[in-house]
Amino acid sequence: MLPVFTEAYGNPSSIHWYGQHAKALLDEARAQVARLIHAETSEIVFVSGGTEADNLAIRGIAESQKARGRHIITTKIEHHAVLHTCKDLEKQGYEVTWLGVSSAGLVDPEEVRRAIRPDTILISVMHANNEIGTIQPIEEIGQIAETADVYFHSDGVQSTGKIPVDVKKLKVDLYSISAHKIHGPKGVGALFIRKGTALKPQLTGGGHERSRRSGTENVPGIVGFGVAAKMANEGLTSEMPRVKELRDRLESGLKKHIELIHVNAENAPRLPNTSNIMVDFAEGEGLVISLDLKGIAVSTGSACSSGSLEPSHVLTAIGKTPDEAHGSLRFSLNSMNTAEDVDYVVEVLPRIVERLRELSPYYKRA
Amino acid sequence: MAYAAKLIDYFENPRCAGEIENADAVAQVSNPVCGDVMKLWLKIELDKIVDAKFKAQGCSAAIATSSYATEMIIGMNMKQARAITKENIADALGGLPGSKMHCSVLACDAIREALKGFA
Repeated sequence: MLPVFTEAYGNPSSIHWYGQHAKALLDEARAQVARLIHAETSEIVFVSGGTEADNLAIRGIAESQKARGRHIITTKIEHHAVLHTCKDLEKQGYEVTWLGVSSAGLVDPEEVRRAIRPDTILISVMHANNEIGTIQPIEEIGQIAETADVYFHSDGVQSTGKIPVDVKKLKVDLYSISAHKIHGPKGVGALFIRKGTALKPQLTGGGHERSRRSGTENVPGIVGFGVAAKMANEGLTSEMPRVKELRDRLESGLKKHIELIHVNAENAPRLPNTSNIMVDFAEGEGLVISLDLKGIAVSTGSACSSGSLEPSHVLTAIGKTPDEAHGSLRFSLNSMNTAEDVDYVVEVLPRIVERLRELSPYYKRA
Repeated sequence: MAYAAKLIDYFENPRCAGEIENADAVAQVSNPVCGDVMKLWLKIELDKIVDAKFKAQGCSAAIATSSYATEMIIGMNMKQARAITKENIADALGGLPGSKMHCSVLACDAIREALKGFA
């Protein structure tokens, strides 16, 4: 990325050499991102990240299709970028069907089919969940959407680079990706827009990105995104099986050394890198802080860690009570983790849990 | 979330953790919003709190403030103990983010609840 700041700093829209050099770098990055999800290069629109990709997809379709209908189908476990965008559209007079999920966190494609109405203009179902990692039956839902002639968006921020993605097979019309979830820079993402998809741009101006998203492209960020996409593509076969092994080693190690813990969506199809664990008689924020003091960075769905003091909407949707969500921990592994890292967590966490349980007025040692 | 070092210390090394057998007063309070809970045991002689212990299940701020408040009231008379506010506790631990202020309420409520039966 650095040479793009110092040498190749031209504007890709300019016709002079500096501009054309930047344009060539942009084209290469576009090809690299397209290859990762089996799209055509002309179907990749660079944006500022996953949130903008979701907004562009949902608002873009909602506005372009409003003469045809105002009904949208989505799920209760979407990322906030989808959730809050759909809620905003509800305020603007759109109708949203919020589908629930099973206790394993899975959407039933039959429920999607039943929710479709003549005025349905968009179905938006995330490919993999960011908190528990469950992988949705996108291909089946894509087939249903195609048969019903309804646009289909999937938030692929979590799945891209972790599992193979082929937008043609999945039959999605729109697919959101974020660079920083695959070790790329923050502030860059892309929306796959299938050729022929009618989408109202949300940023108007100089007509960049085939008039889908105006604004001079973030060339250094995009170049970094391209390299990250290339590496992620190679890592799908070489790295992800190893990451899954580490994840499984983590879960079995923790289950062996800590009583009363549960792995959420344990037997559902899951991303290889995600593990969401619930610890009884301990609170998540305290666990996170304790692990942080030991150099381990994780997150939690506990109400105590959110500004709103609401428990995770995903854990709530899979039927967990606020008390259960209170003790949840999310581990996200990646290709740079090692078996030593995992063993360190397995060594440290049982002592932390024991300490917090000793403090709990509810906990009675067995 | 950036906590002050003193709060982290009370979270990592809580003072006055445990239970008191034959306590003169016991109270358990919980926060219905987030699920945090604190239980407080007191040993009282005449008007004075001569020993106090606590247990808590909750975030780091809930545990630290519970511990600090429990330590603080030992040696106090009931009037002094009842006068403690959540701000007193939070300030003593280097302050709390706005959304976390409810956590230290647990300790104030627990103290008042435990002293309810006393004049």
